[in-house]
Amino acid sequence: MEVLISILAAAVRSGTPILYATLGEILTERAGVLNLGLEGLMLMGALSGFWVAYSTSSVTFALVAAFLVGAAIALIHAFLCVHLGANQVVSGLAITMCGTGASSLLGRGLVGETIKGIGVLPIPVLSKIPIIGPVLFNHDPLVYLSYVLVIGMSWFLYSTKAGLNLRAVGEAPGAVDAVGLDPVKLRYLYTVIGGGLAAIGGAYLSLVYTKMWGEHMTAGRGWIAVALVIFAIWHPARAALGAYLFGGVGALQLRMQAAGTSIPAPLLLMLPYLLTILVLLGISIKKGKGILLGAPSALGVPYQREERT
Amino acid sequence: MKGITKSFYGIRANDEVNFEVRPGEIHTLLGENGAGKSTLMNILCGLYTPERGTIKINGEKCFFKSPKDAINAGIGMLHQHFMLVPVMTVWENVALGDKELPQVLPKNKVIEQIKELSDVYGLSVNPLAPVWQLSVGEQQRVAIVKLLYRRAKVLILDEPTAVLTPQEARHLFRVIKKMAEEGHGIVFISHKLDEVLEISDRITVLRKGRNVGTVAKEEASKEKLAEMMIGKRVAFAIDKPIQNPGKEVLNVKNIKVLGDRGRLKVNGISFSLRQREILGIAGVSGNGQEELAEALTGLRKPISGKVFVDGDDVTTGNPRDFMKRRVSYIPADRKGTGLIANMNLRENIALRKYWKSEYTRFGFFINWERIAGHTGKLVERFSVANPSLSYPVRLLSGGNMQKLMLARELSDNPRVIVAVQPTWGLDIGATHYVREVLVSQKEKGSGILLITDDLEEILALSDRIAVIHGGEIVGIVDNPDKVTEEELGLMMAGTKLEKYPVYDLKEDELE
Ligand SMILES: Nc1ncnc2c1ncn2[C@@H]1O[C@H](COP(=O)(O)OP(=O)(O)O)[C@@H](O)[C@H]1O
Ligand SMILES: [Mg+2]
Repeated sequence: MEVLISILAAAVRSGTPILYATLGEILTERAGVLNLGLEGLMLMGALSGFWVAYSTSSVTFALVAAFLVGAAIALIHAFLCVHLGANQVVSGLAITMCGTGASSLLGRGLVGETIKGIGVLPIPVLSKIPIIGPVLFNHDPLVYLSYVLVIGMSWFLYSTKAGLNLRAVGEAPGAVDAVGLDPVKLRYLYTVIGGGLAAIGGAYLSLVYTKMWGEHMTAGRGWIAVALVIFAIWHPARAALGAYLFGGVGALQLRMQAAGTSIPAPLLLMLPYLLTILVLLGISIKKGKGILLGAPSALGVPYQREERT
Repeated sequence: MKGITKSFYGIRANDEVNFEVRPGEIHTLLGENGAGKSTLMNILCGLYTPERGTIKINGEKCFFKSPKDAINAGIGMLHQHFMLVPVMTVWENVALGDKELPQVLPKNKVIEQIKELSDVYGLSVNPLAPVWQLSVGEQQRVAIVKLLYRRAKVLILDEPTAVLTPQEARHLFRVIKKMAEEGHGIVFISHKLDEVLEISDRITVLRKGRNVGTVAKEEASKEKLAEMMIGKRVAFAIDKPIQNPGKEVLNVKNIKVLGDRGRLKVNGISFSLRQREILGIAGVSGNGQEELAEALTGLRKPISGKVFVDGDDVTTGNPRDFMKRRVSYIPADRKGTGLIANMNLRENIALRKYWKSEYTRFGFFINWERIAGHTGKLVERFSVANPSLSYPVRLLSGGNMQKLMLARELSDNPRVIVAVQPTWGLDIGATHYVREVLVSQKEKGSGILLITDDLEEILALSDRIAVIHGGEIVGIVDNPDKVTEEELGLMMAGTKLEKYPVYDLKEDELE
């Protein structure tokens, strides 16, 4: 029992960075923009968060900085893809590659340094509930913030006017334009917010998880988040489920290594990525059973007003 | 609107056009396909920016930077393709873009307003239904409710009757008249003369982007309007030679086909098609026609039933199997399914040939000289206007694209031709040409399945008509000269008429 609880708690903790990136990408893709730059955004977020925390000792500043850096990079993506109608796949890949390179370069002097980072803050009454308490409510504030985000985003998407506009612009930008809203503005907005959230996911790794900066420390989590968006069918609550599932597999893998199983370590390290492939396989087989399983119809398609479709 | 000018890629879609609407008036914009009607109205609703010209509302000069400005000025447009969001529900679509709603959407309030509007105008819609599940007619009602909900003062209806049965159109006319009586200014767009004369107060005719003139209803007649619209006196009639149909080329037995979203779109259809026969499939689009056509060309596998071409079972065949049995396909989607828009004329012609030994070298390399020669001959025979054979087909006009596709599909003297909306969006000249080619191909011995929602076309060409509704055949007309548009309309709406029974398979087989 103890072991199970600790694995579940670890699942939540290691799922959280992926969750932030997934939620960010859900916002971006719901607006009809594909951003494959998550890996690069997370790395830049991890670095900038660590840097600011290291030099100012303020984790609040660190998080704000990470968000702003992610937003700024996503702004470039939005300019290229929304404004100029450039190929979204290419632009996203470029962001990942540049982000990887730039973070390695800029972070050289920080390798080996440590920070205090963000610590655990059990929620008074709730953390005492058996099982649920230690699994869900004995974490750092960023985990709690992600709960709020998941619930808030689900409500936002389906119950608010802005959420309606967001869903519509990813489905039919022409219809959004025709009713007097500005599809370009909406796409910019959510691409930028999405980029910021992905960077927070990265900052979680350096501020909470390792409290250190290391090259390539995201280790493919950005790509897992890209796949999770599909697994989640663009829905925040399912994104949480998926992220914790992946976190759980990761945690399990660590435990098994620590316990000294005879299974070779590289094989265990592959587990989360194998799961990614399996999940994509499952989704694709299920696809076509109803439109609700599909991506936003205008995902990846630039909108230009007088252009014929 | 004064002196409106707008070009696309150097082609003038609107050339110094003047146009006005008064409150309470139904002003029709009449013109052929491609005359520039939609362009003009897209300018009025802020979607297109004109190069020159001014717009005045109540005497005040306006400049519309985006649809937002036009909406604020009280202009609402029912677009030719309604511009709804398919995955969303009706009420969400209506609420989309309503600035006055609070951030947290008051779902019940919106639904109530929708119900109120639909009662007042007799536009029945279900606010909770997702739009993609609705028929085209229902979607149109949603789009109209949406305009009324936004309290538009000027309503632009872009070819609203094109997707309706005659009965639905009649109902729409009542709604339009009611809206006009309430003081809305209405712009009604159409290219069908009869309905234009029925509903308009004034009629403005556009031809090749120019305003040819405005006439009051009293001064208008069908002949006069036709002349204004086309420019010369034309008597386009296809004569439909009576042929003795030959042997059966296509036999369809009780096929069921699923649509893209896994819903049953063709629900047990049977018929047989013979040589030298045009069988028209009439119906409002979206009733299973596309899926039927795809099942008969190998693009979609039926989940049950059989398809025979010349007696061979090809139910599970792929498109190549159908091509080898000389089944030709003229899809409605010209630039997507029919041709490859970015490829040139030669390459597009090659699509149906390149694997044949006479068009390859060593059975592997494509013999482009042969293909070019063949293309040259076809282009000449079908008079496809083109700057060069290596020109991407997307730059051809709709009419020339269609001619090119016909050239390719008819070149090996097909046994069966499946033609879907073959004249959709073409001007009168090209329409006439396409119809003539189909009829002459019939005389040469092909069996033609003509699937269209254009009743005039069905009546002009078919030797027999089957009416499709909800994926089923609701009636078969053996003598198209005797049937009225009203009767066809009723059947298209799903009403079975005793006069036109669906004879069942056995009788067919007995022959
Ligand atoms: N968005 C566009 N891009 C390029 N060409 C266009 C566009 N809209 C219209 N056109 C061209 O302008 C001309 C007029 O089209 P349109 O206004 O749609 O005619 P109508 O509505 O009278 O059938 C046509 O030649 C058409 O091909
Ligand atoms: Mg038009």
